[in-house]
Amino acid sequence: MSFRKLSLGLAAATMLAGTALPAFAQDSIYVPLFTYRTGAFAGSGTYIADGMHDYLQMLNQRDGGIGGVKLVLEECETGYDTKKGVECYESVKGKNPVLVNPWSTGITLPLIPRASVDKIPILSMAYGLSASARGDIFPWIFNPPSTYWDGLSMIIRYIGEKEGGLEKLKGKKIGFIHLDAAFGKEPVPLLQELAKDIGFEVALYPVAAQDMQNQSSQWLSARRDRPDYMVMWGWGSMNGAAVKEAVRSGYPMDKFYSVWWPSEDDARAGGAGAKGFKMLNWHAVGANFPALQDIQKHVVDKGLSKSPKDKVGELLYNRGVYNSLLIAEAIATAQKVTGKKVVTGEDVRRGLENIKLDPARLKELGLEGFTEQLVLSCSDHNGHRPAFMQEWDGAKWVKISDPIEPMTDRVKAQLDAAATDYAEKNAGWPKRTEPCDNAS
Amino acid sequence: MFYREAGQFKSNYVSDAAIFPLREDRIGLGIVIAAAYALAFMGSDFLLQAVMIPFLVFSLASIGLNILTGYTGLLSLGTGAFMGVGAYACYKLMTAFPDVNVIVWIFVSGFFSAAIGALFGLPSLRIKGFYLAVATLAAQFFLQWCFIRIPWLVNYNVSGALDAPLRTFFGIPIIGATATPQTRYLLVLTIVILLTWLASNLVHGRIGRMWIAIRDMDLAAELMGIRPLQTKLLAFAVSSYYCGVAGALLVFLWYGGAEYDVFNINQSFFILFMVIIGGLGSLIGSFFGAALIFIMPIVLGIVLPALLSPFGISVGSDTIEHLRFMIVGALIIFFLIVEPHGLARLWQIGKQKLLVWPFPY
Repeated sequence: MSFRKLSLGLAAATMLAGTALPAFAQDSIYVPLFTYRTGAFAGSGTYIADGMHDYLQMLNQRDGGIGGVKLVLEECETGYDTKKGVECYESVKGKNPVLVNPWSTGITLPLIPRASVDKIPILSMAYGLSASARGDIFPWIFNPPSTYWDGLSMIIRYIGEKEGGLEKLKGKKIGFIHLDAAFGKEPVPLLQELAKDIGFEVALYPVAAQDMQNQSSQWLSARRDRPDYMVMWGWGSMNGAAVKEAVRSGYPMDKFYSVWWPSEDDARAGGAGAKGFKMLNWHAVGANFPALQDIQKHVVDKGLSKSPKDKVGELLYNRGVYNSLLIAEAIATAQKVTGKKVVTGEDVRRGLENIKLDPARLKELGLEGFTEQLVLSCSDHNGHRPAFMQEWDGAKWVKISDPIEPMTDRVKAQLDAAATDYAEKNAGWPKRTEPCDNAS
Repeated sequence: MFYREAGQFKSNYVSDAAIFPLREDRIGLGIVIAAAYALAFMGSDFLLQAVMIPFLVFSLASIGLNILTGYTGLLSLGTGAFMGVGAYACYKLMTAFPDVNVIVWIFVSGFFSAAIGALFGLPSLRIKGFYLAVATLAAQFFLQWCFIRIPWLVNYNVSGALDAPLRTFFGIPIIGATATPQTRYLLVLTIVILLTWLASNLVHGRIGRMWIAIRDMDLAAELMGIRPLQTKLLAFAVSSYYCGVAGALLVFLWYGGAEYDVFNINQSFFILFMVIIGGLGSLIGSFFGAALIFIMPIVLGIVLPALLSPFGISVGSDTIEHLRFMIVGALIIFFLIVEPHGLARLWQIGKQKLLVWPFPY
């Protein structure tokens, strides 16, 4: 009996929920933020979520939105779970979102074919499908500022320069410890190609997702193989565990390089021994920028943020800020291109293609020197921007290099192969019909 | 009053052995099916795509596991992997033979899953209970390893993920991004109804009796002439068939593309919880379990903020997530204490009480 009532009530509630989606007033711009403050990746996800939210909230508080139009921010909790991410997407789809940022490669992949149908651009910042950098094939997907192939080529170039030239890498051994998933395996073909051409040796150490926190066997093998350099492609708890294991197994930390995902917490996990650990990065760390000061003043001090005051300016917090900087800039550009105030997903797609974040514009935004310039176009949805190397000095990240250029020709070969492959495998992949604003 | 047995006479064996002996039950079932079809035209996209399709997919997977665990008494933790086999098989088939209708491949992909399931079911003849669970856990890890390591399975895609190319049915897109939630939902609904009907006939017939006999006491069943090897393997095969089809539906009609990680051990547990909460050895329980475990959190996510906001409490999406976990967890414990045999048993009690309502004697 009681169960009958309960099930009736449940059914009714479901129906209600399905039909009565809240309608948003058309004088605002709806920006959904897919975040994960829960689950196995919350350690990284919380900082990113705070950074993303706080920057846009700051624009709301300080300037009343973008171009005078208020932003409606809504977080949807994905827990880094594809199932929940797709549910989030379905729940925000009806509210005219101007773009989505899935913050998980697993969530990005199912959304890629839907983007052009639903007219919602996807901003997967330096993750997701690398091939989507090709704007002529993926007009709705954006993954600035660099692909993983760019990242790998920058690390190899940097190591080569330290050795005194790429050809000096001949005969060396480079260990590649990576998450055993699409994300971690992506750079492998390029690494092997480089190994063949330059003549170094590659040792692969895959880490399965369920063993992220237990890498003793990989590091034991590394100890046996004695690679001259270790390169890491990890995410979440894998990074911290790797640093800890590297320190424990006595691997020289100054020979340990990583792609751009470790955070301060990951480096701290290694204690004092983690000193010398290096990673790629493309934006500044710290809060000494007018825009970040404004976040402190308008958002954090007013209690509108979930972030503790001292976390503002940490690496992944700023990563979130960078993501929101792109969102805001895409909206602002869309307003400029279309002349409309309240922009739609289609407008923001054009906005993203016309993004031009040069030093002058960054200064205007209060982020002078925060990052390199980024210019996107109809054909290039990535930018392939150089990144710099930074080193852990035991307490904070220190920038130790100038921007390192990626090996563009090699990356382009990988990219073109992957993009045509994707379009071919998906028979009937739509040809680009969206007109181009900045055909060059 | 409206639901009673009086006046309905069974005059032959067929009506006596019917699955729904009561006219009211048959009418009710008809209404539910009609309503389910009507929903395709009345429900919003969110309701269809994010609630109903996954609910049906999980129901189908639960039916699969229920055949194995509920009817035959063999505990399995490999459900996620068996779903994955179905999905990968379907992908290989539909890309290798693009001209054959994809609905055929969805049904055929289940057979691949069935074969793999039967293979990993072989140890079940010698080991039982927790030990069998561990053996099926091996299937889970081994198959997941295969999904990552064999690029042939994804046609050497660089992303290593399954994608859903466009496929049509009489010119209407059913798979791929252009397929509308309506068509997807109608297809999933029809497949689930067909397979549920098949399962119902299986478990109520000779084969089902054999499974139940093995479950209740395999030694006695063997002495009565039931061959344990064949029966157990058949249960594994049929169960995996259902899981495989559910996996194919999950990737191609719900997600529209997925990574190997979708079929991890958590998926197996997720389905197992549905079966346990819904009721072991009950088909309708599979639906109840899927509803409670999958739909309840979604409803809570929508209802909780609405309930709390009048009191001036605005909660973040992460707090909602924590609340969801706590409430769903508490409800699971509550239901298991109130009725350890699952929601199906509650449903049965409810129906029995209703038969004599409002004059219990």
